[in-house]
Parts: sequence; C-alpha cells; structure tokens
Amino acid sequence: MVIAIDVIEEATVRGALAEVSDPEIPAISIVDLGIVHRVEVGSGPAGAIRVELLPTFVGCPAIEMIKAAVRDRLASFDRPVEVVATFEVPWTSDRITEAGRERLRQSGFAPPAEPSDVHCPYCDSARVTMDNAFGPTLCRSLFFCRDCRQPFEAFKAV
Amino acid sequence: MTTARLTLASAIDPALRAALDGLLLSMADDEFVIGFSDSEWTGIAPILEEDVAMSSLAQDELGHAAALYALLADLRADGRDADAIAYDREPAEYRHARLLDHGRGDWAMTIARRYLYDTADGVRLEGVAASSFLPLRELVDKIRREERYHVMHATTWLERLASRAGEPRDRLVAALEELGPHAATVFTPLSSETVLVDGGVLAAPMAELEARWRATITPVFVKLELPMPPHSDVADGRTYHGEPFRWLWTEFTSVRRSEEAAATW
Repeated sequence: MVIAIDVIEEATVRGALAEVSDPEIPAISIVDLGIVHRVEVGSGPAGAIRVELLPTFVGCPAIEMIKAAVRDRLASFDRPVEVVATFEVPWTSDRITEAGRERLRQSGFAPPAEPSDVHCPYCDSARVTMDNAFGPTLCRSLFFCRDCRQPFEAFKAV
Repeated sequence: MTTARLTLASAIDPALRAALDGLLLSMADDEFVIGFSDSEWTGIAPILEEDVAMSSLAQDELGHAAALYALLADLRADGRDADAIAYDREPAEYRHARLLDHGRGDWAMTIARRYLYDTADGVRLEGVAASSFLPLRELVDKIRREERYHVMHATTWLERLASRAGEPRDRLVAALEELGPHAATVFTPLSSETVLVDGGVLAAPMAELEARWRATITPVFVKLELPMPPHSDVADGRTYHGEPFRWLWTEFTSVRRSEEAAATW
C-alpha cells in the first residue's frame, strides 16, 4: 500500500540527494561536491520536484549520468521529477563541503587549491610538482609528491 | 547603451536577435573547429602527458561549443537542436575564424594556433563577460574559469619551444609566420556589431578587442623575440573554407551523414 505524503520538505529531498554518489568518485556525494543548486517541491500531493544541478565543467560528460541517478533516487517520492543543468551560478571548487574535501583526501585526491598550494593527499607534504595541468578528467590535474613519491590527482581550482 | 538584462530569448527584439545569432555562431564554430583539431592528437601526441592534455583540451572546447550551440538553438527556436546546428550544415555555412583553417600541422603549428587562439578568445570572452544577454553571461563566467588552464598550457609550450634554439624554435617561428597573418581573424567584425554594442551584449567593437589582444600578447612576443602577428586585412576572415576545413568537415560529419535516421540516439 502506498501512503500518499502531502508535504515533502526541501530538506527531505536534499537528504535523498546526499545518497547520490558522484559517478567518477563514488566516495563523495553530489551534495558534498556542491553541484546541487536549487531544489523546489511543488505544493499538493502531486507537486513536481525540480532539481537544478551545476556542472563542474561545461563539457562534463558525467552530467547526464548524474541527472539519471537523481531521477532514480527521487522516483520513490512518486511525483513528477525534473532535473536540469544550469550555469546560473558557476560551480566553483569552493562549493565542495569540508566533509567532501576530507572524503576526497581519503580517496587519494587533493582537494581544490591553487597549483602553488596543493598538498599531497597521502602525506600532506607541500613538496609537490604539477606534472600536467590536465588529468584523466576535465576537473583534475596530475601531481607528484617528492616526499612520499606518489603520483596523485588534484582537483583544479576553478 | 541599455543595461537591461535579457533573460528570455523570445523577448529580444529581432535586430538584436539576428546580431546575437551571428556572435554565438562565430564563437561556437571557433570552439567546435579547434576542439576537433585538438582531438586529432589523441593517441599520437609526442608525449603521453600531452596526449592527455590535448584530449582534455578538445573535450573542454567541444563542451563549450555544445553549450553555445544550445544557446543558439534556444534563441532560434526553430526546432533544430544543438546537434543539428553543429553537424547538419554544408561546409560553406560554418563561420569559424580563418586562423583555424590551416590543418593540424606539426606540434609547433598546434602550439602556435592554440596560443594565438586562446589569447584572442580570452579577450573576446572578456568582451561578453558583462553581456546583457544573461544566458551568455552565465555560460561565459563558467567558460573563462576553464580557459585559464588552456592559456597556462599554451604559454608554457610557447616559451619552451621559443627558448630551444634549432629545430624547436625554427618550427615555432615558421608556424607563427604561417598562422600570424590570420590570427586576428578571430576579431573579424560581425555584421550588426553596433547593435550588439548598443544592446549591451558586447563590450566593444571587434576592432577594439583586437587592440586589447595585441596589447596583451606584445610583451610575450617581445620577450621571446618572436614575429608578432601582422594586422589582418583578409576580407573572408570568417567565410573562407579551405581544404583543411573541408577535410575536417568530412571527418566530423561522417557518422552523422552515414545513416541520418540512425543518428538520433
């Protein structure tokens, strides 16, 4: 039996979105990544849920996967769901939450910082060199730690 | 100059709409064509890191082109989407700058083209950063943050090639001599340019943006003792379609043309 819920709070929807992972780095959610912009819930039991996402990069190929994952997660609310990407405000790397930055470090990625201020995510050394401004995805650069001799990826500061 | 913010494409008056159409098409075609040229290095770049870098640059530029074509599709509202604008045109209908119509060439050509284009594009983007057309302004705010890395990449390589005497420098100078005369075609005046400036879409006429660009790159060319791009006096700065572009067009439309009905994924 389905119980119709008349009122869904925006916070409830955001809570559900916090369970949607970034497809490239599953350790971090799209909420921690700071790409969830506006969330609106229409009034009444059939009011539509509208979610606006901010792509990290204009050409980010993951955005369609993320939109689909959001639609899947919100399907249980049993309401029409609209997910759109917008550039209304630019996604900037300072939108990543502190919890998100910690999860990035635990996954071996340096959180966004100016290239001169990147620290190794493994040993926290500042003795690092940028090997390539361009990494395996649009949002990351390649670095090497001269102390623990580990290559690692750092999020670009944009 | 009006400072009204234009948010809805449908609310724009017809003269400004036509002018905006020309501006968006030129910007999108530039990004599309250089993006495809960059992608030609995937798998064959001189070092692995540059293979990754060029592929990433190509992905950025094609992403920018896709977003600009999408704005254009909204503006036109004629039922044709971004893909249709990108792929379903005859070669003569593209409006990229002649600078981008020289073929991939060697690595020095690629670096010279990237440096000339990235610096010119940067000045052009600055010229629309405060645009009254809000969707463009928002998109450009995002694009400029990404282009910063492109300029860093191109500048590093320009300096590297320029400072190695012998083949690296010789090839770079040859590339700049071939591309230089067309570098300023990025600033080919648009028809109805005054409409764009008066409407607050564009900060200044293209001629003035070109002057700003020259002021930006002159110190670099002087320091590296490289030949400065001369003034461009070609009449077909955005209507020239040479053999390199026709070849590229054949490549990038090949799948779409092979089975038109099936190309609706």
